[in-house]
Amino acid sequence: MKAFLLVAVIFSCVCFSYARVIKADHAHSIQQAIQIANPFDTILVTKGVYKEGNLVVQKPIHFIGEDGATLDGENKYEIFTIHAQGGTIQNLIFRNTGIASINDLAAIKMLQSSKWNISKNIFENCFFGIYLANSSHCWIENNKLTSDAEAEHQIGNGIHLWKCERVTIQNNWVKGHRDGIYFEFVTNSIINGNHSEANMRYGLHFMFSHSNEYRNNEFINNGAGVAVMYTQKVKMIGNRFIHNWGSSAYGLLLKDIRDSEISGNDFKENSVGIFMEGSSRNHFSDNQFEANGYAVRLQASCDENKFERNNFKRNTFDMVTNGSLVLNQIKSNYWDRYDGYDLNHDAVGDVPYRPVSLYGTIVERMPAAVMLWHSFLVFLLDRAERAMPAITPENLKDDFPSMKPYAVAQ
Amino acid sequence: MTKIIRYVFYDLLRTRFVTAYTLFLWLITFALFQLDNDGGKVAVSLLNIVLMVVPMVSVVFTTIHFFNSYEFIELMLAQPLARRSIFLSEYLAVASSLCLAFLVGVGLPALVFSLGMVGMTLILTGVLLTCVFTSLAFLASVVTQDKARAIGIALLFWFFFSLIFDGLLLWVVYTFSDYPLEKVTLALIALNPVDLARIVLLLQMDISALMGYTGAFYQDFFGSSMGMIFSIAVLLLWAILPLAAALTRFLKKDL
Repeated sequence: MKAFLLVAVIFSCVCFSYARVIKADHAHSIQQAIQIANPFDTILVTKGVYKEGNLVVQKPIHFIGEDGATLDGENKYEIFTIHAQGGTIQNLIFRNTGIASINDLAAIKMLQSSKWNISKNIFENCFFGIYLANSSHCWIENNKLTSDAEAEHQIGNGIHLWKCERVTIQNNWVKGHRDGIYFEFVTNSIINGNHSEANMRYGLHFMFSHSNEYRNNEFINNGAGVAVMYTQKVKMIGNRFIHNWGSSAYGLLLKDIRDSEISGNDFKENSVGIFMEGSSRNHFSDNQFEANGYAVRLQASCDENKFERNNFKRNTFDMVTNGSLVLNQIKSNYWDRYDGYDLNHDAVGDVPYRPVSLYGTIVERMPAAVMLWHSFLVFLLDRAERAMPAITPENLKDDFPSMKPYAVAQ
Repeated sequence: MTKIIRYVFYDLLRTRFVTAYTLFLWLITFALFQLDNDGGKVAVSLLNIVLMVVPMVSVVFTTIHFFNSYEFIELMLAQPLARRSIFLSEYLAVASSLCLAFLVGVGLPALVFSLGMVGMTLILTGVLLTCVFTSLAFLASVVTQDKARAIGIALLFWFFFSLIFDGLLLWVVYTFSDYPLEKVTLALIALNPVDLARIVLLLQMDISALMGYTGAFYQDFFGSSMGMIFSIAVLLLWAILPLAAALTRFLKKDL
């Protein structure tokens, strides 16, 4: 009886032990390893190049790569297609996925999955890098995605999320994709410390993605900057929008964004710092706008937005708008063009500052007038208008302009 | 002819005015570079100098010089010399001395602080504008006998091209803003050397991205080598045509 019990215990241990480590190497393909693996086994991928086409994963597995473990899609296949709850993909190199115009081929595609950790992977020339659809509770960290595609239609997004929730995307590095980070219907997620550079279209692009938090990300030199739309309750804090330069590039384009907070960001050398349209009840504070073409293009369709304690330095135009109705509040900002005085030395200027220049208004109405830029006439007109506003919106003014720039965290 | 050019040229260099002008330009350029490390901002400030100061100094100085050397010209005309060569020598001497002042005053610092392509364009447009406005001033000087009136006409030229023309342009753009104006404005700009120089310079400065569709259209045109040749040719035409008009007038003029 005792012996029987012992055998039974040992047998059950062998059967249900889920901490097995299976090695994938040249003799044993990853495909085979996936087949024999039990849920929550670890597959250790040894160094080498694996050309195994599409790998379908339908059980939770931890994939861990040795340094130099490379999965090659031979420019034909999607590499991982995952449909499982829980697992890891770590330290692998993915390269050369297929390119298709009907299917979104990705290096890692996750469908209706949850609780995956994708970290420390390298993606080279993948069509889509990490693609999550209808998934939740995933952790995407320290990945590096690069691509050298030449045109927008040849390349997918770096990190692409559709209908996801509670995802953390942290410290990733994306370069040369269509959109660096793309969200549609993604909620309650955190996007922190990512670097998105030189993407064909947007560094960050999201729509219908409520209650997300973006912190300390960098968006540099993207084709059209960052565009976010139809979303509410977003927090964008401490991000850097740098050198998104071009006739259709924006540091940050806000379209129909509501109840959001945008603070402590650095907008530098963008052709337009913030372009906003149809956006309401947003709070912009402690941002730095430096050396942009237009710091803020505030369309008249925006209301109840608040601009407080921002620094405006060396921008060609501080603010322009396309109507005379002003429903937004602008106060206590620092404007480097402000030439008022402060008699009682409380560091608040005694006369209001009007950030919208006459010429800015003229250009907004008649784009062709832009060719008079830097002409003597424009200089005179601006001076005259500033002394006695007639055409620029009367109410668009900062009644308490700061005399000194704010120390904003960089 | 070279003899007269050389004589007038040295004579001009010896006057304090050209030296002062050189020094003034040099000081401003140098100060701008000292105050600001950002080459782009300096270029914008220099642009204002090139577009405002250079034409004004050119017209005023040339007109004054013409009337001051009126007796010298009369004396020359008493010699067996062609009127044409005397007049052209005067022009070349004045234009080259002003150009030299500009090159030393703005060109040298710009080269030393290496402004690159923008710097080269700045120097080129500055020199061309000097030639254009010198020639306009010669025209102003020969149409009238009176020095004060000539200075008035010359200043009017300057005022017209730097301010009034732009006002008219703005009016045209405003009135016809419903129509595609790019090509029309391009033609209108060619009618004003100051505007032409300004736009050629602005497009070099990487701020054309801000100029939207119009900017893209201009960039497309002026960015090509054809556009560059076109603008230089137009500016040269702006120097040659008034000079030719002045010359015909001078040849027939009863001095």
